[in-house]
Amino acid sequence: MRRACFKFSWIAAALLAPQLLIIFIFFYWPSAQALYWAFTLEQPWGGGNTWVGFDNFTKVLSDPYYWGSVRVSVIYALATTVIAMGMALTLAIFVDRQLAGYRAYRVGIIWPYAVAAPAVGLAFQFVFNPGAGIFSYINTIAPGWWDLSKYPWQAVTAIVIAGAWKQVAYSFIFFLAALQSIPRSLTEAAAMDGARPLRRMVDMQLPLLTPTFFFLLVINITDSFTDSFGIVDTLTGGGPFRATDLMVYKIYADGFRGFDYSGAAAQSIILMLLVMALTFVQFRYVERRVHYT
Amino acid sequence: MTFKLATTAMVLLATAGAASAEKVKFEYWYGLTGDLGAVVAETCNRFNASQDQYEAVCVGQDGYDKAVQNTIAAFRAGKHPTLVQSFDAGTADLMLSGEFYPVKKLMEDAGYSIDWANYFPGIANYYSASNGDFFSMPFNSSTPVYYYNKDQFAKAGITEAPLTWEGMEAAFKALKASGQDCGYAYAPSTWVDLEQFSMAHNVPVASNNNGYDGLDSELLFNTTLHVKHMENIQRWINEGYAMLRTQAAGKTARDSFVEGECSVFFSSIADHNTIHKLTPAFAWDVQMIPVYEGTERHNTVVGGASLWVLSGKSEDEYKAAAAYLAFLATPESEEFWVSNTGYIPVTKTGYDALLAKGFYNNQPYVNRDIALKSLTYTEPGPLTRGIRLGGFIQIRAEWQAEVEAALAGQKTMQEALDTAVARGNDQLARFAKTYAGKTFP
Repeated sequence: MRRACFKFSWIAAALLAPQLLIIFIFFYWPSAQALYWAFTLEQPWGGGNTWVGFDNFTKVLSDPYYWGSVRVSVIYALATTVIAMGMALTLAIFVDRQLAGYRAYRVGIIWPYAVAAPAVGLAFQFVFNPGAGIFSYINTIAPGWWDLSKYPWQAVTAIVIAGAWKQVAYSFIFFLAALQSIPRSLTEAAAMDGARPLRRMVDMQLPLLTPTFFFLLVINITDSFTDSFGIVDTLTGGGPFRATDLMVYKIYADGFRGFDYSGAAAQSIILMLLVMALTFVQFRYVERRVHYT
Repeated sequence: MTFKLATTAMVLLATAGAASAEKVKFEYWYGLTGDLGAVVAETCNRFNASQDQYEAVCVGQDGYDKAVQNTIAAFRAGKHPTLVQSFDAGTADLMLSGEFYPVKKLMEDAGYSIDWANYFPGIANYYSASNGDFFSMPFNSSTPVYYYNKDQFAKAGITEAPLTWEGMEAAFKALKASGQDCGYAYAPSTWVDLEQFSMAHNVPVASNNNGYDGLDSELLFNTTLHVKHMENIQRWINEGYAMLRTQAAGKTARDSFVEGECSVFFSSIADHNTIHKLTPAFAWDVQMIPVYEGTERHNTVVGGASLWVLSGKSEDEYKAAAAYLAFLATPESEEFWVSNTGYIPVTKTGYDALLAKGFYNNQPYVNRDIALKSLTYTEPGPLTRGIRLGGFIQIRAEWQAEVEAALAGQKTMQEALDTAVARGNDQLARFAKTYAGKTFP
């Protein structure tokens, strides 16, 4: 069998080099450093470190509060992904149907993606603030019912909604692109066979969307594990009593705020392994049901 | 606005000056933000305008936390500033690393004579080595007080702001009886409720004289009067005399006070200036934090931040930094700083000069020196010098999370403090292991 292969080319190497260098400098090097620190006790101002083997990992993994943090991170990731993708798909289907005003609507939905996470957090503070936000109207009817500083489930709900809201835009773009790439002839043929919009969606569009769906699932889950920091920091600060202490937020709090570089490095390694494991599971078990055309 | 314009003008002038003469530049990173950050920048402009040899390049780092974080990152890359403003809880690592130039030595080497005994002992002890030599230059200094609504107190028939917690409880009851629903706007704060409370009562926060005498320290605050105090706060909340007022709960304690919702709140004296600017629609005043009856009141300690000179810079940069520090230590600079912020003077002569001028007789400064009274109430003893513990930022976070859990009814206050102590001790052990074989200088 003949194989098509490229000859080594200096031009190709030169073109690749900047990208590879960036990945090396901003990913592999820091990861290697973190891995090393995870097995030591690093002094923040330099000045050396002590090798402690797996101590940092055993300390973190034997801490019940850490498992609480893992639990809430998983809940957050699953909930934001389901809500964001569900909303995005619904909106994309409406836009694809070209209902009245869909152009303005399309631009409007894409915008939130350009908003930075801390800004999202701040914006939602105005929504969820028990004293002055939109939710404070609930408190005028039932005083004290809505209080982010008291009820963990409310704080978790708040960050999930804010996180999902931020993710909707990204998923929306991909769902819309995928829907629009479905040939019109297919839709029209189905319509002529008497399939109504809902039936066409369930039997035709959704199956054709599975590759996009799978891609977004992986991206959304990864993102909600690693990119939730800004929202937590501005909206709840990890509270009340650690209820929204997501793994990535805890890494920041311990490492940067508390100068425990080694503990934070160990947590980073655990987070990285967890995300890798989840991605593996998705590729292994979910991708089987995906049909690439 | 005019202030900002003035700053810009000064910066322009300063840069124009730099172009003509070869000035020695040094970098200074500070953590204060907003109005206070602008005043820090102004001290730099004043310094640059005062002489033509040196130039301070002052960079705001958007918060105490970030000033230290960024400095560490820069230090590891060899791009750190000469001078950094560091807050109290962030300095244990710096002290043990030895990567700093003690200011006493710096000023001596640069040929400035500073009368170190002139600094208030409550401030001096906090920022100096065991032999009394200053590590860092005291700068923005504060101590906690409580703010009270004079009108609401008068209506409830309270003539004197109580100095004991028993008196405070009686005041809460009188306020309630007079129709004032919320007496105490409470926000959990380790600095007020634990650290300064323990100082004022001369009870330990940790063993080894609060960590000063060794790294193998253990927290003790689950065994002291602090427990009873936290239980009282919890009881006051449950009985309706106090209300939890935090950002997460929708309104900060200060906002609640300024709006007249609650009659009392505790905070740094630095807020004195801020509250004046917020112009509450009632008469108000400050008082020293209360102590329990049957105990003897001791001094509180300084809070805020000090200026650290870092290692690894050139001779010239050190000279420039020393010139800036000497400039800050002049009574004129001290007066400028004190009158534009809510902070207190750090030297006895600075304070006396202000007193002689009648500074504290005029609004908005009236009674702002209550803070100094609290800070100098007694000579600092082994338990009231301050706190020198590693991992203290995390210990504060543990306390905060556990107290919040107790206040939400998830556990008893004793259980919460026990957990905070156990987890805090883990941090201390970790810190001791990180710096095995070292001791605080």
